[in-house]
Amino acid sequence: MTLKAQSSQETENLVGTIDETFIDNALIENTVIENTALENTAQSSKPLSYRHAFMLVLKRDLTIAMRHKDDIINPLLFFVIVVTLFPLGIGPEAQTLSRIAPGIIWVAALLATLLSLDRLFKSDHLDGSLEQMLLSPHPIFILVLAKIFAHWLITGLPLLLIAPLLAVLLHLDEHSYTALLLTLLLGTPVLSLLGAVGVALTVGIKKGGVLLSLLVLPLYIPVLIFATSAIDTAALGLPYSGQLAIIAALFFGSLTLAPFAVGAALKVSTN
Amino acid sequence: MNTLSKKNSTPLISAVNLTCIREERLLFDELSLQINAGDIVQVEGPNGSGKTSLLRILSGLSQPYDGQILYRKQQISHCREEFHQNLLYFGHLSGVKGEMTAEENLDFNLALHGNKTQESLSYLAKVNLSGFEECLASHLSAGQHRRIALARLYQSNVPIWILDEPFTAIDKQGVASLERLFSSHAERGGCVILTTHQDLISIKPEQIKKITLDYSYDSAID
Repeated sequence: MTLKAQSSQETENLVGTIDETFIDNALIENTVIENTALENTAQSSKPLSYRHAFMLVLKRDLTIAMRHKDDIINPLLFFVIVVTLFPLGIGPEAQTLSRIAPGIIWVAALLATLLSLDRLFKSDHLDGSLEQMLLSPHPIFILVLAKIFAHWLITGLPLLLIAPLLAVLLHLDEHSYTALLLTLLLGTPVLSLLGAVGVALTVGIKKGGVLLSLLVLPLYIPVLIFATSAIDTAALGLPYSGQLAIIAALFFGSLTLAPFAVGAALKVSTN
Repeated sequence: MNTLSKKNSTPLISAVNLTCIREERLLFDELSLQINAGDIVQVEGPNGSGKTSLLRILSGLSQPYDGQILYRKQQISHCREEFHQNLLYFGHLSGVKGEMTAEENLDFNLALHGNKTQESLSYLAKVNLSGFEECLASHLSAGQHRRIALARLYQSNVPIWILDEPFTAIDKQGVASLERLFSSHAERGGCVILTTHQDLISIKPEQIKKITLDYSYDSAID
């Protein structure tokens, strides 16, 4: 406590030495606040910039995830377990495994993402912080984008990091590693973005889990097809830039459109 | 103060012919009201009469079946950002995250609505939470959760306060200090719209306007 107070004082002093005029302005503003009507001050208090609003929500979601480690560990553990079960069930022949490895990794990644989607808006909806976000003066899409990015950092990025290890386990062809990583890098954000639309639509429903997978899984199919196709093509030593370009197009399409769809869906869900 | 001269010119919020239907039941219809700066409006009515629905419609969270809400004579859907900059809504749910400390919760809420966060510790002290700043909110009681959320009121220079059951789980002293805060907010030129089943003791009766929602079809305005 005392340490914290001291450090904040120090920073204030620092600010003072760096820019005294700024503080003077702030003082003047303060006196203005006391003397004039509320309505004027409310307009003069500057809202955050888009970047600040984005960082604010991102930082909050990451803090919560770090303290609530289930969010990070559960999908990752699910991913690892599903992938390791296949060699046990099918048998250890390298040829069979390397043939089905891209499909297994991608289907497991897809299901792991689906498993984690519920956390994206559900807890915020249950404790009322979603309402507060919808009522903030910022455009909803910027807050939503921050939440989706945080979701990807929590669930998509760990999958991406652990995938090469699991690929070894499945005897994935050595030419395919770059393709696997590139498709995951471009594809997992698409899963988070499209999934967010589904979650936003079902967040108001008590048991929306099944409905969510019905809504979202069909939208994931294009990513799955082109990602596995890219990895297979890479194993044959052929260029796979076409498939990557399509996944990239899906990524940019959903990056630009999904936040608006999520915003609209959240408004409907909280109505 | 120049607020007083403004008081009767433009209403801060006005509602025109609101109709609200929930679960195929008409909660209220043809409800029109004007809320000026300096008003404390208490929405009354039995459970299920549509108090929360009315407040959610006024804050723009829900859409009315019919009718419109005007903020300074502009439709709120046309001036969403400006309206939200001037609105503080406090719902049934406090919006406090259990994984964050009391101070982090308040800081986030303040920053999200464009307020300064430097003095958040003193606002927590005002709601009797000094000593709990570093506690995770999940370790605090229901009343303390509400207090974390209500601490925002002490910082807010937003004119429109819409508060749904602000006194739930708050102790007697807390209620009294909130009531004092409401009357000083009204005197500074803001307006407070709240629902509560309690009588507001420390606010002068002539300062309070009441909207009574009946369980039946018609809703009357005092």
